[in-house]
Amino acid sequence: MQLTVLLIILALLTVIGYQMGRSRAVASVGGRIVELHSVPSYHGFYVALWAGLPALLLFAFWGASEGWLVMQMVLSGLPDRLVNGDAQSLGLLRADILNLAHGVTTGREPDPEVVAAAERYVRLHALGDWSLLVIGCCVAIGGLLYARRRIDPDLRARNRVERTVNIALVICSLVAILTTIGIVLSLLFEAIRFFAVVNPLDFLFGTHWSPQMAMRADQVGSSGSFGAIPLFAGTLLITGIAMAVAVPVGLMAAIFMSEYASPGLRTWLKPILEVLAGIPTVVYGFFAALTMAPFVRDVGNSLGLSVSSESALAAGFVMGVMIIPFVSSLSDDVINAVPQSLRDGSYGLGATKSETIRLVVLPAALPGIVAAIMLAVSRAIGETMIVTMAAGLTANLTANPLDAVTTVTTQIATLLVGDQEFDSPKTLSAFGLGLVLFVVTLTLNMVALRVVQKYREKYD
Amino acid sequence: MSVAVTKSRYQSEEFSARLRRRYAAERRFRIAGMVAVGIASLMLVVLLGSIVSKGYTAFWQAQIRLEVTLDKQHVEERNYTAIVRQALYAQVPAATDRATRRSLNDLLSSGAPYELEAMVNANPSLVGTTQTVWVRADDEIDQFMKGFIRRDVPESERRLNDVKIAAIDALVANGSIRSTFNTTLFTAGDSREPEQAGILGAVVGSALTLVVTMLLSVPIGIAAAVYLEEFAPKNRWTDLIEVNINNLAAVPSIIFGLLGLAVFLGFFGLPRSAPLVGGLVMALMTLPVIIIASRVALKAVPPSIREAALGVGASPLQTVTHHVLPLALPGILTGTIIGMARALGETAPLLMIGMVAFIVDIPGGLTDSATAIPVQIYMWADSPERAFTERTSAAIMILLAFLILMNGLAVFLRKKFERRW
Repeated sequence: MQLTVLLIILALLTVIGYQMGRSRAVASVGGRIVELHSVPSYHGFYVALWAGLPALLLFAFWGASEGWLVMQMVLSGLPDRLVNGDAQSLGLLRADILNLAHGVTTGREPDPEVVAAAERYVRLHALGDWSLLVIGCCVAIGGLLYARRRIDPDLRARNRVERTVNIALVICSLVAILTTIGIVLSLLFEAIRFFAVVNPLDFLFGTHWSPQMAMRADQVGSSGSFGAIPLFAGTLLITGIAMAVAVPVGLMAAIFMSEYASPGLRTWLKPILEVLAGIPTVVYGFFAALTMAPFVRDVGNSLGLSVSSESALAAGFVMGVMIIPFVSSLSDDVINAVPQSLRDGSYGLGATKSETIRLVVLPAALPGIVAAIMLAVSRAIGETMIVTMAAGLTANLTANPLDAVTTVTTQIATLLVGDQEFDSPKTLSAFGLGLVLFVVTLTLNMVALRVVQKYREKYD
Repeated sequence: MSVAVTKSRYQSEEFSARLRRRYAAERRFRIAGMVAVGIASLMLVVLLGSIVSKGYTAFWQAQIRLEVTLDKQHVEERNYTAIVRQALYAQVPAATDRATRRSLNDLLSSGAPYELEAMVNANPSLVGTTQTVWVRADDEIDQFMKGFIRRDVPESERRLNDVKIAAIDALVANGSIRSTFNTTLFTAGDSREPEQAGILGAVVGSALTLVVTMLLSVPIGIAAAVYLEEFAPKNRWTDLIEVNINNLAAVPSIIFGLLGLAVFLGFFGLPRSAPLVGGLVMALMTLPVIIIASRVALKAVPPSIREAALGVGASPLQTVTHHVLPLALPGILTGTIIGMARALGETAPLLMIGMVAFIVDIPGGLTDSATAIPVQIYMWADSPERAFTERTSAAIMILLAFLILMNGLAVFLRKKFERRW
């Protein structure tokens, strides 16, 4: 509540600051704008930045640290018997306080000390919000008055505003780098915690996957085993089926559209492929699970084959359909990039159209097509929803497309959906799988880019 | 394409045979291309066809007419179940024994008493009167009326027993069952009972998520694109950023979910299932899309515009904000809308951050527990009831309608504002 008020006040103050700076700049030279170093609007922006930016930074910093700070203060006020525990019980205590503070009732009767702590938490939180409101307003008004006093015909307002904007632009472009760093670090940290429990070699080369961990030490089948080979094999099987569908169909569709189809036909065909590309993956997953899988099973049964109702074939086929437009649009681009003179030369030698395409155009476009296929493979490996909905959960090590297999992404999704404790090997194994997935897809993308750069024929 | 019959002196027997073979190969190749395009189109038709044919019935819902007597005692005891049941028994006079009546109770949605209660609370003067109301039928009755539960199947394999079917027949005979437009689907949150389940909660959740995504990714994305395209020096540092953005665009979406789980939930301690976190994750995911689209749009603005602006004394920033950006805006907007459409259809990252939860209430804020349309589809697809299958298909149609709307808007903007220099 206070935070919203603060944001509204800040927005108002920046607008007022802009007007103030502008009019003061104009007034300072008696209306002869030529005498100003920067145009009046830059003076306005200058004051507005001073009014808004420091307070906003304070606000962001506060928002990021308030919860932690308040919690530390609350915990320091608790008796030792509650606080002095291992990390796990401390985490539990934190969660209890937060739940009580937010009015969530847990099943068990809370400790009166914890109730008091929760009340303290709420009180401190409210106090923090109010003080932020007051301090934020003070900072904003202070900045506004300071900047307003500095308005002067010689003030280099433009340079200062532009430098600030430039810094902001650089920070924005760094977000992409930060995201990558965040991905790598978060995957690495959790994966390292996982590999502290499970030997990485057992993980990468083990052939038995059953991540159920026992609650008690003496439970039957207690030790979960984390051999990821069945998952890798399943992923490869489904990806292979998907590629067997997507590459021929996508490539031939691209060739047909760019070489054979008349412009009129192309304006019809292109949107069809674009629609296919725009359908959300969850829809493909639903289609695979409820239409394709029963269909495949019925066809298989009528042929006397035993087909699992979560067969890799159904999931792989639908995934292939999903990737068709991806392959075709990328190959379309590279085929169109082959210069017409090559085709004309081939026709001039008496080659038919298909001979020209097979012997001239495709070899010339090959690096691009290879890169497109690699990107498609990386897409297929990382695709989650289709396999989560249509492929099974049983980790079979099989090459039979009629069996149920499971994939890396399916396991990540199922391991992390629901409420598990965050530090069991079962949950952490998802991050190990995520790390493998990230490394593999990243490598594929990098190699694809490198292939394009290195083997691109230079015409012209 | 027949073999040309000319008087060429090369026209030996082998020559014409070879030519025939080559032309046949040509035809085969061309047909292969057509088949490929045909397969793609066919799959689209099958996909959309199966969804529409499975789902269109979800827009209708069977209702049962009841003559409810709102007597004072029952209302005061808030015993609306009894009121509803009495009215139902009155509709089927043939049912007199307890066993029959018990199975009659299942004809009505378990939400019917609450509907009645809401009606009375809204208008207390109804107490003591007899009212004609239409209440939702149970989902199995609904499925039976739509013909998905067959009458000719043996009773033991049927979800409805003979008693219920006889009761339905009696109700049909006196006009007490009707099929109306299923408004619940659009006005309710999730429910375990198909006939009370709606998509509104998910739509609001998706909208909140998208708002966060847009507020973050659009300004940051455009700013990054402007910096990289207009201001950045060409050095190893900016090359690194570029490679980075291209790679991020190809990172599987579930990895972003893991990032959100580890960083936003684990490290910053933001609430689970919140549209705020969903929006943050989606923003990181759509950022590369928006940056790449914006860069293409900025690149398309001819250098002469920049030179002219710089020539009359504009600063580089003024050149960009006053001239280049406005000209590139339609392209940027198109790319942004397409990025948002992708974010709307994305499911996997939301599963990771706990937006896959059974949430009945319509979310009211950014930190409330919420779900999103694609996640709702995923959850309903897992439900065993036939009625949920049809609602899943209906939810898919609603999602596709939103996507078509957004993409249509993007195409429209591109067509209207596209400029070629």
